[in-house]
This record gives sequence, structure tokens and C-alpha cells, in this order.
Amino acid sequence: MSTAIAPTGPRRPVADEHSAKLRRATRNRNRGKELLFHVVTLAIVAVILYPAIWMLASTFKPSNQIVGNVSLWPTDASFDNIRTALGGIGGVSFWTFFTNSLILAIGSVVGIVISCSVSAYAFARINFPGRNVFFSLMIGTLLLPFHVVIIPQYIVFNNLGLVNTFVPLLIGKFLAAEAFFVFLMVQFMRNLPRELDEAARIDGAGHVRIFTAIMLPLMKPALVTSSIFAFIWSWNDFFGPLLYLKNPDLYSLPIALRLFVDQTTTSDYGAQMAMAVLALLPVLLFFLIFQRYLVEGVATQGLKG
Amino acid sequence: MTLTAEATRTRGAQPSSAALRRRRSSREALAGYAFLTPWLLGFLLLTAGPMAYSLYLAFTDYNLFAPPEFTGLENFRRLFSDPNYLQAWKVTGIYVLVGTPVKLIASLLVAMLLNNSFRAKGFYRSAFYLPSLVGASVSIAIVWKAMFIDNGVVDRTQQLLGFEAGGWVGDPGRTVPMLILLTVWQFGAPMVIFLAGLKQIPTELYEAASVDGAGAFRKFARITLPMLSPVLFFNLLLETIHAFQIFASAFIISNGTGGPARSTLFYTFYLYIRGFQDFQMGYASAMAWVLVLVVGAISLVLFKTQNRWVHYSGESK
Repeated sequence: MSTAIAPTGPRRPVADEHSAKLRRATRNRNRGKELLFHVVTLAIVAVILYPAIWMLASTFKPSNQIVGNVSLWPTDASFDNIRTALGGIGGVSFWTFFTNSLILAIGSVVGIVISCSVSAYAFARINFPGRNVFFSLMIGTLLLPFHVVIIPQYIVFNNLGLVNTFVPLLIGKFLAAEAFFVFLMVQFMRNLPRELDEAARIDGAGHVRIFTAIMLPLMKPALVTSSIFAFIWSWNDFFGPLLYLKNPDLYSLPIALRLFVDQTTTSDYGAQMAMAVLALLPVLLFFLIFQRYLVEGVATQGLKG
Repeated sequence: MTLTAEATRTRGAQPSSAALRRRRSSREALAGYAFLTPWLLGFLLLTAGPMAYSLYLAFTDYNLFAPPEFTGLENFRRLFSDPNYLQAWKVTGIYVLVGTPVKLIASLLVAMLLNNSFRAKGFYRSAFYLPSLVGASVSIAIVWKAMFIDNGVVDRTQQLLGFEAGGWVGDPGRTVPMLILLTVWQFGAPMVIFLAGLKQIPTELYEAASVDGAGAFRKFARITLPMLSPVLFFNLLLETIHAFQIFASAFIISNGTGGPARSTLFYTFYLYIRGFQDFQMGYASAMAWVLVLVVGAISLVLFKTQNRWVHYSGESK
């Protein structure tokens, strides 16, 4: 190509100048396109995040200035609402609810990390009769509406006197009943090189050793993702605590929040908003710190499904 | 023939190695079940056992106090003449059939918008994902209620734009649309999955199509959609099943009543009322089993028809 152009020497600078202009034009067009992209996307972001920011702003507004107040900036900012919310309900302090939620969430994380990783190791790395059948059953439970098991579970826990304790809410986490996490960890483990296990085997390591010394350290990303989701799902859970926690001293935040909305006069929106925000705060913090893990977790889990 | 003969011969010649192998594989099996113990226990005690029990309960009358009384198909017969039950199906049906497609279309459109080489995509992706993380919580249900109530932010805005005034919370015709908006607001999770799928589509396909003179719409219909169909299948399945289970937001927004005019009496909500407020465990179990059968049938149809519209490319399935 270049040799073919070479003889027409005098015209080359013109061609160069022309192509440079063309390139600049495309670059400008791309820059225009990018600008348009940012304008459009930011507009969507503004609409999507509006309710969240409005909620935050309402926390600092006087109660009579919340409903119908489109503004995202509190004019008479105060901490009164937060103080009311922290006061608790019916003699039970906000921090009691917070502690209950925290115990449930941390218990969930511990249970899920232990039980799901152990079970996932069996599915991903050990050959035993019936493995494929069990694996299909596990996938099946992913799609099963849990309402079909909730009634018998309630009857049994009620007969055992375990209603009004955290046991019914945590036992499933320690028995790998949350198939989503087992599935996530199986998929992760299947992508780890088999040579590692084989080398360890030749050195005489058994499954317990391979699992604890090789798999667990390598599984850290999957364990972190699972822990974050386990924490947030437990923190936001409403149905389970609604069924099993009857005593206000044991209420987790979502149930307490519901009681709070029921009991405060409808006009005290400020306190409701403040308590709603306080209840979500740990989730928002997790989101800010771990957003990469969360989003990547969803992306990879989805693709491998 | 010769191979089997040889195999028997070697096995005959070295009985110890075969026995060793057998012993090793039974040790493997033992280790397998040992590691699987948490899941196996959970499956038997918390899933399979309760499912069998609730199947039995579905054919009984049981109020937790007197022992279950076998009533045959009575619960199911009552279900389909119970106006509240039919209302629950109607409300849930509209919610699933409208909410899920709208949510998926929104998530696909935004994913396509974000699938480029411009800057700040990570920020946008996270910002759009946030509602998925908090949307099902009680806190957001409270905010949603405050926004859609009479003279609330939404009402003010529609007045400003010249629409008919009025809150959505108290209007039976607008509570389901309000909750559909709440689920569509959580489009972030399927969007993230779509975006990951879009990134896997080789750009050469689009370049080749451009050379052949294909326009944007043709490229979307002939390349994007088929290449994205496995992800679409996954999202459709999960979002549909998920939509059937809406509970907390309807409970909070209607103050635990299912109102106004039973317009938020979703399936799982009615199940909760029958099972845990009226303690009609048999009736609620029958409801749960109908839900399982319906969700199972939908999953089955999706799985069976997937070879018609889901296109798996590449070596692995």
C-alpha cells in the first residue's frame, strides 16, 4: 500500500492533513457521543437514586415538612427525628433491636460460611454414589417457593417450644439450607485447578486437609461474597422474624420498624424515616465498602447459572 | 471381547489392587457423605420432610390445637370458591405478568446503554444496583408509602404535570402499579447479569454485520438477542419465581391488611393470613402446594421450550 502511494509524493501532505481532520472529526463525534451518554445515564441515575436520597434528607426534616416535600435539602435541619427513633418503642431501646439483628446476621454468616463450604466441597471434589441426584435436588430447592416448608417448620418449632427464640431463624443457615450459597461455592470450586488436590493427595493428604489447607484459602473471594449477601439478606429479612419473634425484646430491626410505624401517629413521618434510615445504615455501609464484590458476585453467579 | 477377557485376567492376576480400589472408593463415598452431612440433614429435616408433611396437611383440617382431621380434597374445593383466594391470584398474576417483563426490558435497555467503552461505568453500575440490595426491605416500603400517599411527592409531581391528583396508596386501582414500580426500580441485579452477558458477545459479530449493511435493529434482533438468550432465560426464570413471592412491601404498605379493597392481597400474603393469623394450617398448606405446582409448571415450560429460543454457543453447555 505505502509503496503504491509513494510515487505520488507531492500529494501526500494533503492526504495526511485530510485524514488528520477526519480523525479529529471522529474524535469529536465520539466525545459528543460520550457526553450524551453521560447526560442520559446521569439523568437515569438521578431518578433511580431519588427515593434513597429523599429518604436520607427526610430524616433531618421536621415531621410536618416531609410528605409532599420534593426538596432533597432539609431547610430546618435537626437531629430530633433520629433522637426519637433511637428512643425505641414501648420501653425497648433501639439498640436492643440493633443487637438482635446483628446476632442474627452474624449467626447467618458463620453458619452459611461453614455449612455451605463443607457441603460444596463434597459436590465439587468428591466422587460418591448419588452425588448427581443430590446436586439436582439442591438446584431444585433454589427454585422452590419456601412457603411450602414454612408451615410444617412452624408447627415443629412450635411443638419444640422454639418459637420466640433465634433457633428457627438460624438452624437453616447451619444446615446449608440456603442452596444459593452452596451453588455459588460449588461453581467457584469447580474452577480451581484440580492439580492442587492431586498433588496434595500424592503427598498423602486426606479430604479434611485438602479442604482446610488448600480449598478454604483459595475460596476467599467466594466466601467474602457469600458473607456479604448472607449478612444483608438476614438483616433485611422480614418474613422469618415476623413468624418466630413475638416478644419485643427479641425483635429484629425490620419487625421493630413495622411496630414503630403501627404505633407512631401517622403524622410523625420524621421519626419513621429516621428509623428506616438507621435500619438500612449497615446495608448502605456494606454496599459502599464492598460494592465491587457484590456486583461481581451477581455478574458471575448469573452467568454460570 | 478380548478387552474384557484381558480385564478379567488382570483383575484375576492382581486381586489386591482391585480390592484396594474398591476400598478406596468406599472410603471416598464415606468422605463424600461426611462432607455433605450439613446439606443432607438440612435437606431431609428442613425441606423434604416438611414438604411431605405439608402435602399431608393439605388434605386435612388443622388449627394447631386439635389433631389434624383428614378431609380429602375439601381444602382444594374450598380454595377455588374462595373469593379472597381468587383475588389473590388475580393481583399476583397481574404483578408477575406485568412487573417481570417491564423489569427485564428496563434492565436490558440500561445494560445496553452501559455496554460501551466510556468512563465511569463502574459508578453507574453500582448506583443502579443499589435498589436491588435494599428494595425488598421494610425501610424502603415505608419510603415508598410516604412518597405515593395523598399529597406525597408523587402526587405533587403529577399535579404539577397536570395529571389527576390523588395518592396511590389509598386507590385500589393504583396499588399494584405502585408495587410494580417498586420491583422495576430494582432492575439493577438482572441488569448486572445482562451486562456481563453482553460483554461476552464477540465484537467481530457486530463488525461483520456492519460490513453486510445490517442496521442497529437487525443487529439487536439477530446478534444481541440470540447471544444473550441463556442470560435472558436465567433472568426470566429467577425474576418470575421471585415475583410470585412478594410479601414485605405489600404487608407494610397496606399495614398488614391487604387493602385497600383487597388490592394488595398477594398470594403469599393471603397464605400468611390463613396460616399464621387464622391458624388454618391445612388450608394454608393447600395454598402452598398449589403455588409449588404453578411455579413448578412455569419452570418446566421454560426449561422445555428453551431449546426453541435459547441459543447456547461454545463448547460447554
